[in-house]
Amino acid sequence: MSDPHAVTRKIDRSHMQVSDEVAIQISGMNKWYGAFHVLRDINMTVNRGERIVICGPSGSGKSTLIRCINRLEEHQKGQIVVDGIELTSDLKNIDKVRSEVGMVFQHFNLFPHLTILENCTLAPIWVRKVPKREAEETAMHFLEKVKIPEQAHKYPGQLSGGQQQRVAIARSLCMKPRIMLFDEPTSALDPEMIKEVLDTMIELAEEGMTMLCVTHEMGFAQAVANRVIFMDQGQIVEQNEPKEFFNNPQSDRTKLFLSQILGH
Amino acid sequence: MSNSQANSAVYVRDAMLPAEHPPAMETGIIKWLRENLFSGPLNTILTLVGLVAIYSVLSGILPWLFRSVWVANSLGECRSIITATFGEGATGACWAVIRERWTQFIFGFYPSHLYWRPVLAFLLLLAALAPVLFTHLPRKSLWFSILYPALGFWLLWGGTIWIPVVAMAGFALGWLALRVLQPIGGTILATIAAVVVPILWWLLLAGPVAQQLQAILPIGIEAVRSDKFGGFVLAFTIGITGIAFSLPMGIILALGRRSDMLLVKALCVGFIEFIRGVPLITLLFTASLLLNYFLPPGTNFDIILRVIIMVTLFSAAYIAEVIRGGLAALPRGQYEAADALGLDYWKAQRLIIMPQALKISIPGIVSSFIGLFKDTTLVIFVGLLDPLKGITDAVRASIEWKGIYWEPYIFVGGIFFLICFSMSRYSMYLERKLQREHR
Ligand SMILES: Nc1ncnc2c1ncn2[C@@H]1O[C@H](COP(=O)(O)OP(=O)(O)O)[C@@H](O)[C@H]1O
Ligand SMILES: [Mg+2]
Repeated sequence: MSDPHAVTRKIDRSHMQVSDEVAIQISGMNKWYGAFHVLRDINMTVNRGERIVICGPSGSGKSTLIRCINRLEEHQKGQIVVDGIELTSDLKNIDKVRSEVGMVFQHFNLFPHLTILENCTLAPIWVRKVPKREAEETAMHFLEKVKIPEQAHKYPGQLSGGQQQRVAIARSLCMKPRIMLFDEPTSALDPEMIKEVLDTMIELAEEGMTMLCVTHEMGFAQAVANRVIFMDQGQIVEQNEPKEFFNNPQSDRTKLFLSQILGH
Repeated sequence: MSNSQANSAVYVRDAMLPAEHPPAMETGIIKWLRENLFSGPLNTILTLVGLVAIYSVLSGILPWLFRSVWVANSLGECRSIITATFGEGATGACWAVIRERWTQFIFGFYPSHLYWRPVLAFLLLLAALAPVLFTHLPRKSLWFSILYPALGFWLLWGGTIWIPVVAMAGFALGWLALRVLQPIGGTILATIAAVVVPILWWLLLAGPVAQQLQAILPIGIEAVRSDKFGGFVLAFTIGITGIAFSLPMGIILALGRRSDMLLVKALCVGFIEFIRGVPLITLLFTASLLLNYFLPPGTNFDIILRVIIMVTLFSAAYIAEVIRGGLAALPRGQYEAADALGLDYWKAQRLIIMPQALKISIPGIVSSFIGLFKDTTLVIFVGLLDPLKGITDAVRASIEWKGIYWEPYIFVGGIFFLICFSMSRYSMYLERKLQREHR
């Protein structure tokens, strides 16, 4: 595998056990944008502690799938159950799920009018009703974890892309989520910044976080994923544990995709 | 290296020549003039034409200003002073009219023994505005700003204190409805209740409750009727109230226009487009005439209050459109990030969306405010004495000042300019400050 960002560090797998408890259950899920059928009959189960990488060609519905999990998008058919809560149009359930599920976006989406620290404390204070002092302590803890505590009082516009994405991760973590969703977290970054973000994500994986990650960083997938899911044209075409997935892809579409992305 | 240097360094100047002044043609004013005003034939002609124009304007105005008279009891006296000092046929400004009648320009026909009330209201207004305008002032004093509308109203109109108290209670009830219902019934229900509850309160209960309270605990000061208002007291009352209420209303309209709920959206679009489609004067006439037909007979609905409502609605529609522009400029990711963090609609709006959208909209919003303030002079058409025409005509109607023309307009115009220019400067200060803070 010729991946320029191949993960070289040694991974501590002691916490990376997968429990039997189901974190996310998706069954028979379909979604349309008008007449366009974006997601077709999606079935998947994610157990607590599992780390799943989703890949596939652009436009295959990866973003739409993980955005359905915290209801940034609405599905029209089938069932999504997150942490035992079914996502329906009931706003209270949606809020509950959203406060349990953290999300990291391709373009960071930090709040530019707030400092880094305020970005991190906003949701804990206003959603979880944590006292300000305590929220700030938590925020500093996570900012240290993503290795940018010294930037706490700057504004997002003053940080590099990699730093902003690490702040975005810290901001999600401050809500103490049980599940983290990542939508191509490194694809808007300059190459030299990708590693610092991946390292942060690997650390998170080592601590046993349940993660769903849309990414084309195959080194990352091999290092931490339990399962790689390949999507094409709104369907889950193939899923397997990473070694099998890369070395022994089953479908032609997967083979084609892998050959393109790995530059064979 | 050192070798070659030793060989090649034949001559090095060790005493530097003193810097000389450039030739006169290349410096200072002359250079600037040459580069900016006389750089070519066309530019030279334009410069000369401009100079002639400036000269002809100033040669008319400056002598007139120079021959100002400040102390006189009538226009006739003014004229004779000018003739006596500057000779037959000389013209000059007669500022004595302002000196004699400035209280009328400021207070209209407000009873003179109560002048202290609008003055106090104005000073308190400055205190109430300060923490709103300058964020580094203590946030606690915002409480005073919130209570100020009731206090200002009471000082201006007098009468029982219970009317403003009861009116403010309507806002408190709306807020309470939002807070109580949101956890139980959801955001939509709570929002509707927050709008409906205060309106019902004002229409049905506020009057009787105020009467009861006044009967139980009579507190009041001398009342001043609306037809005594005039001049800048009137302009400020309408302008400031309009500004204060049109901003929140504009925000709500802008949000409504972007809402997913079809009915809300249709109402907001219809309202905005209707208001923008008719002249303000039409609305003012509606306020003064038509409302009488719609309101139950016998209701005494104050004319200034009606005008304020119309001016507010008018300005709110424009502000809504300005803010909609700001909202549209925000990337969708901001909404998504707020949603993903679990912020509900109003919290996302208040903490994430509005601070950014309003920042973008500052120039447009302040333009609307300036427009609103200047439009307060239109109230002359419904018989209120605005400072520009209403009071000026009243002054001119007196025997002493019959025939005076420019001076009152220049005075009133000058004050309007000062206020509007300050607003414009403040908006630039705010823009720069936010730019600096958020980079
Ligand atoms: N809001 C939308 N309206 C209509 N079509 C959309 C919308 N969002 C995404 N799509 C379409 O749905 C498909 C899947 O999009 P997406 O989930 O973003 O793909 P991926 O993340 O795999 O690149 C694409 O063809 C895209 O054009
Ligand atoms: Mg995508």
